[in-house]
Amino acid sequence: MIRILAILCVVGGLASDALADEEVIATLRGATISEAPEAPPMAKIANKDLLRTRNYPEQPPSIPHKIDGYQVDLNSNRCMSCHSRVATGQSQAPMVSITHFMDRDGQFLASISPRRYFCNQCHVVQTEAQPLVANDFVDIDSLLAGQGQAEPQ
Amino acid sequence: MNAVLSLWRTLRRPSGSFALGFLVMGGFIAGIVFWGAFNTAVEITNTETFCVSCHEMRENVFVELKPTIHYTNRSGVRATCPDCHVPHGWTDKMARKMAASKEVWGKIFGTISTREKFLDKRRELAQREWSRLKANNSLECRNCHNLDYMDFTRQSVRAAETHERFLDSGEKTCIDCHKGIAHKLPDMTGIEGWN
Repeated sequence: MIRILAILCVVGGLASDALADEEVIATLRGATISEAPEAPPMAKIANKDLLRTRNYPEQPPSIPHKIDGYQVDLNSNRCMSCHSRVATGQSQAPMVSITHFMDRDGQFLASISPRRYFCNQCHVVQTEAQPLVANDFVDIDSLLAGQGQAEPQ
Repeated sequence: MNAVLSLWRTLRRPSGSFALGFLVMGGFIAGIVFWGAFNTAVEITNTETFCVSCHEMRENVFVELKPTIHYTNRSGVRATCPDCHVPHGWTDKMARKMAASKEVWGKIFGTISTREKFLDKRRELAQREWSRLKANNSLECRNCHNLDYMDFTRQSVRAAETHERFLDSGEKTCIDCHKGIAHKLPDMTGIEGWN
């Protein structure tokens, strides 16, 4: 009897271990690989027009508003109808950085350089979705202050 | 021969063969019938089904409309071609319909019968629509979007401020900023507000 109980315990322990492993692996997907889980609801695009802190100085600022249907192609650039130098007076939008006027030789052009034309290559909208995994990024100021040091890998 | 002659006489002087009351009533009823038929025919040309029965519309502008908010959205209220491109008032509608007879000409001679021809002509066609909407103070937009009932508090900060500054003050009209919202834009070089 005792022996049977012991075997049951061992088997039960193995099963729960396997279950735990499965749960860890399937966190992002929310189901086992053989199942087709229901798609999560589409996250809304953040549209509050509040500038976000950049995580590092070179970070392209993320777009604080919706850009649904904004056409950026050979024919037109919707972003520039507010963010270009001449448009900012009316639109009160921030002007694109002067670095965007530079060509590859460091020469400043009259307006944005063709290599900076496609805004969405660097600047993107943000959604109101919760992050799927935690992020332990520490910005330079916190690092210099000796706080929140990254844990050894 | 005699029969034709007598028919001609009757048509020339119907009051000689028919009573005046009959002629007046007959004319009145025929008028209603013809008027109804005319209106019905005009209304048939004023449907999206009619517009997309030509491949020029179906394969170019209609395809582009489909992913936009004026075709598909959360509440399912949508705009069809004539909602934006034909004035709703009768007089303006008739004027637009007469102007649109040029589109029949274009169809017969294949002015935009291929994608390439359409793209080459798109800027001219778009400019015509923009100037029409500019001239009538974006009347077709305002058939649905009424400034008096716009709740700025439910708009994004950016939209509310811009609408208050430019639309409410009458400085600009809808089409000045909202170009290319239902169809793709042509080359915008030199168009005001596009840099």
